[in-house]
Amino acid sequence: MTDEPAIEARGLEKSYGAVRVLEGVDLSVARGSVFALLGPNGAGKTTTVRILATLTTPDAGRARVAGFDVVAERRRVRRAISLTGQYAAVDETQTGAENLWMMGRLTRLGRADARRRAQELLERFDLADAGRRAVGTYSGGMRRRLDLAAGLVGRPEVIFLDEPTTGLDPRSRQAMWEVVKGLVGDGVTVFLTTQYLEEADQLADRIAVVDGGRVVAEGTSAQLKERVAGQRLDLVLDGADAFAETARLLGARLVWSDADRLTLGVATDGSAAHIRGLLDEIDPGRRAVDRFTVRGATLDDVFLALTGHGAAHDTTPGTAGDKESTRV
Amino acid sequence: MSDAIVLTGRAIRLSRRNLDAVLTAMLLPVMLMLVFVYFFGGAIDTGTEYVTYVVPGVMLLCAGFGSANTAVTVTHDMTGGIIDRFRSLDVGGTAIVAGHVAASVLRNAVATAIVFGVAFLIGFRPAAGPPAWLAVAGILLLFILTISWLSACFGLIARSPEAAGGFTFLMMFLPYPSSAFVPIDTMPGWLHGFAQHQPVTPVIETLRALLLDRPAGDSAWQALVWCGAILAVAVALSGVLFRRRTA
Ligand SMILES: Nc1ncnc2c1ncn2[C@@H]1O[C@H](COP(=O)(O)OP(=O)(O)OP(=O)(O)O)[C@@H](O)[C@H]1O
Ligand SMILES: [Mg+2]
Repeated sequence: MTDEPAIEARGLEKSYGAVRVLEGVDLSVARGSVFALLGPNGAGKTTTVRILATLTTPDAGRARVAGFDVVAERRRVRRAISLTGQYAAVDETQTGAENLWMMGRLTRLGRADARRRAQELLERFDLADAGRRAVGTYSGGMRRRLDLAAGLVGRPEVIFLDEPTTGLDPRSRQAMWEVVKGLVGDGVTVFLTTQYLEEADQLADRIAVVDGGRVVAEGTSAQLKERVAGQRLDLVLDGADAFAETARLLGARLVWSDADRLTLGVATDGSAAHIRGLLDEIDPGRRAVDRFTVRGATLDDVFLALTGHGAAHDTTPGTAGDKESTRV
Repeated sequence: MSDAIVLTGRAIRLSRRNLDAVLTAMLLPVMLMLVFVYFFGGAIDTGTEYVTYVVPGVMLLCAGFGSANTAVTVTHDMTGGIIDRFRSLDVGGTAIVAGHVAASVLRNAVATAIVFGVAFLIGFRPAAGPPAWLAVAGILLLFILTISWLSACFGLIARSPEAAGGFTFLMMFLPYPSSAFVPIDTMPGWLHGFAQHQPVTPVIETLRALLLDRPAGDSAWQALVWCGAILAVAVALSGVLFRRRTA
């Protein structure tokens, strides 16, 4: 149609009382792409999604979604989008099929069409057998898939997914990723939020990192990775002297430091050649480094590199999941 | 309108699968009726057979108590994730509330009919003819509708389903200071004013008059005005509260 972005936000601000949650968020998401908003608990991800999905009005700034203004043309935006929120939005005591049928009817499908669409989605999301059971009996992963399916009933142009995999085990997360990847083929635009770098990396064409209500970095996953290596080499040094000496040598390249454990972290791409080179450079005498481990960069590393401070908020993956399970 | 119908279907399915709540709403009035008729009835002089006197009050308690549960179902939706999905589908607040209210009316119509059945079993023999029965059904439905919508307003205010449950408590006690179980003139003088003029009393008096085939006097139109006025206020208020809650 046009090359107008599917989502465009300029200077979004939002406060709750004295708490400034968004301090000027700018975003642009191309049609047919997957965009990830990456940030720790309390960064303002949900608030941003709710504004873009017309559920909350911004205090300042403007946003257009699917070509319509989210405040002035809220109803037209609503007809073009779907939102799968952070907390499950399906009825526990209805069956999977009934939930989807109801959503179909609410998006103005006829009775028969709604039934057909529900069946189609149940099959697509591997829920065909569970479709006649009450959602209360579903596992976390099944429930999340049904929740996502419910958002697709009306064939939206723009799909918002707020933390689609928080609280899921690795296998269910993997399954969810496949589902989200499958959406893109339909030409829709997907806007998702996540606390996991790996997830953004796997799914998104472009990633925006938010912290404290601002976008602190934006780009493709490769661009971000140039700034924050995808992996981290942790070196356990042989003593306090070796620790101090190596820290001095690495200088600004240091992404992690823990004096108590005599551990230093440095960015790497994880290849044998790079790690061998690093070790030779840091420790030519082969005495200073005691042990080493290579690990995926955590969100903390990203924040350290992008903001100069650690993600001050709670970023342990477990907490958000716990919160979710207490809400259900 | 079509959204409201879809959501009514949903609310009915949800109540069918939450039968405990429906049973409690029925069991409590039945127990009360048995307690009043068999334990206290002999000591209360109402000028008629006590069971005949007390059944309209029990019906009203049943209808009010059951309808008040609408507060809980509304709050459940408002505090869960589903409200965001409904709103992002552009489903309006009135349709959401109307769905819960309609299901409540249906649920309580059935509950009330069953409680009537129990009343017959323990000796309730009204003198009403078919037109009076129709009027009884009409008044009860109007009362259920009114209390359900009023409860929905409480549901839109309450922050948790437990808090919303407090409203069922209020509705359970409102019939006591009225002519539901004992004649008002047996109550202490300071209660007369409230007991005579609170909305529940004219509804009970009208039901009693219709069932016993007596003239209803002023209470019939008083009952209609009370219910109509409360319903109108509740409908308007629920719209305002929904917008405030989701702003
Ligand atoms: N309705 C509200 N009233 C008051 N404060 C709010 C409200 N909604 C959000 N906040 C605050 O705004 C901040 C950002 O919240 P938001 O939910 O957008 O973060 P998030 O990035 O989605 O976090 P999470 O990863 O925990 O979901 C938090 O500090 C939160 O307490
Ligand atoms: Mg959130």
